[in-house]
Amino acid sequence: MITPQIAIFLVLAAFTVAGAVSLILQKHPIHSALSLIVVMVSLAGLYLLQGAEFVAAVQIIVYAGAIMVLFIFVIMLLNAGEEDPGNVSRLAKFVGVPLGIVFLAEMAFWVGRATSHLGPGQREVVSTQDLSTLLFREYVFPFELTSFLILIALLGALVLARREESN
Amino acid sequence: MNEFAAQHPLLVVALPKIVILLFVMLTALAYLTWFERKVVAHIQSRWGPYRVGPHGLLQPLADGVKFLFKEDVTPAGADKFTYFLAPFLSLSLAITSIAVIPFGPSGLKIFGQATPTGITNLNIGLLILFSITSMGVYGVALAGWSSNSKYPLLGGLRSSAQMISYELALTMSVVGVILMAGTFNLSQIVTSQQGFHWGFVPRWNVIGGPLPQILGFFLFFTSAVAETNRSPFDLAEAESELVAGFHTEYASFKFAMFFMAEYASMITVSCLATILFFGGWLSPFPQTSLFAWSHYIPTAVFAIAGIALFAHGVRYITMFGRVVLPVLGLALLGLGVLFALPAVTEGIQGPFWFLFKIGIFLFIYVWVRGTLPRFRYDQLMNFGWKLLLPLSILNVVITSLAIVLTQR
Repeated sequence: MITPQIAIFLVLAAFTVAGAVSLILQKHPIHSALSLIVVMVSLAGLYLLQGAEFVAAVQIIVYAGAIMVLFIFVIMLLNAGEEDPGNVSRLAKFVGVPLGIVFLAEMAFWVGRATSHLGPGQREVVSTQDLSTLLFREYVFPFELTSFLILIALLGALVLARREESN
Repeated sequence: MNEFAAQHPLLVVALPKIVILLFVMLTALAYLTWFERKVVAHIQSRWGPYRVGPHGLLQPLADGVKFLFKEDVTPAGADKFTYFLAPFLSLSLAITSIAVIPFGPSGLKIFGQATPTGITNLNIGLLILFSITSMGVYGVALAGWSSNSKYPLLGGLRSSAQMISYELALTMSVVGVILMAGTFNLSQIVTSQQGFHWGFVPRWNVIGGPLPQILGFFLFFTSAVAETNRSPFDLAEAESELVAGFHTEYASFKFAMFFMAEYASMITVSCLATILFFGGWLSPFPQTSLFAWSHYIPTAVFAIAGIALFAHGVRYITMFGRVVLPVLGLALLGLGVLFALPAVTEGIQGPFWFLFKIGIFLFIYVWVRGTLPRFRYDQLMNFGWKLLLPLSILNVVITSLAIVLTQR
């Protein structure tokens, strides 16, 4: 029985997978970046389907809106041209492809065993307030630690860029 | 009918609302171009559109027909798919954002179905608006890149850099309002601004709450003007440097789509400024017996405008105008009388004040464009990063401090 939720899920999932495949197959960097945006927006749709509205909105604002804009900006600025896919190396052809198929089969097997039936599970909307209470009360230490790490990474990037400039 | 509506709420309630709002929105976009041309013209001591219809009222129609029938040229070497995608992306995102705007208090009923006044009422309405705004950059950036031409590329680069920079200040400047309202829901943000200081000064966020958000409002409006790429921040289409910026190579209806997207985002920003800082659909007058006359302000405005238009119309220079303008005036007068009916007058208050405030903001938009000179690009970047962003962070800090102090 296909409920509207499952139908929407299938459409979004198809978009996600199609976007991910096209991300790898596209020759031009801008087209790859566009495919990545499709993946991210469809993922946001999937989050929304799970009732995680805040995460969905942030997914679009941060990933699809901010990070990908920077990607596209840099691609435009450098005026990157089309890439030649070139020859696929022998190692990738004879080891990589079979290994990829094996991993895919393994994943399909375990996912199939874990969810024996397809259907709407418990669907509760996580409010922004609940999320922030969790983040700033129970998980405040990991949260602050993460932001500190990001700050360090930022400073590191700045220092590296400075040094290059002075040389 | 009511039973059918209860079974198919999507078909009976949501779909007609979407269709009607889309129609109203597109008409408003068309006449916003007329309004802007008229106002800018009068600021610059010109007449503006005057030939097509009385007072140029049919000019938007003529422009639309012209756009439809022009040759649609695609530049050689353009990236076809992206070139077609960019205007669609711009316009559809700009128009989608109107879906979460509440136009009046809840309690609207269609065939017995309670429904929000507006298309939908989301818990994360404000976040959805910001995510749509952040996606809006792609239309501009991709248009500039895919045209395969130097001026559009420079224009696209400029405007995407500008939009990224000002988006930060834009988002940070409304945090104060979110902190005071405690929600992302746009209707709840409006209802949190109810009440009056000393019985007659409305407690809108811009002058009320623990800390009046005057600074927040100015930061919001300035960065919103920059975010919508409007003058004095319209560096992306500085005609003296870049021909027309990112849409130089676009012709015909694809150009019109960019144009409409710009005006649609102007309307969205005006709605947002009204909702966040000026009490949305709330009337500026208290609902007491002393101010009972304020319920007839919509009637008075429409009736006076109608009578004035009628009196002016019968003496208009062309025969066509002498017919059309008085009819329009009578229609306005009729609307005014309709609003005075007891059954209608309650329901019309919210939307009337909301549209009134939006109109004021749209006028300010045009006024700013007609008055201020354009920034230089480095000034623009300095202004965004070194002034607006620190000030908006400061606003967040002092607002949260004020909230904590008043709660104790």
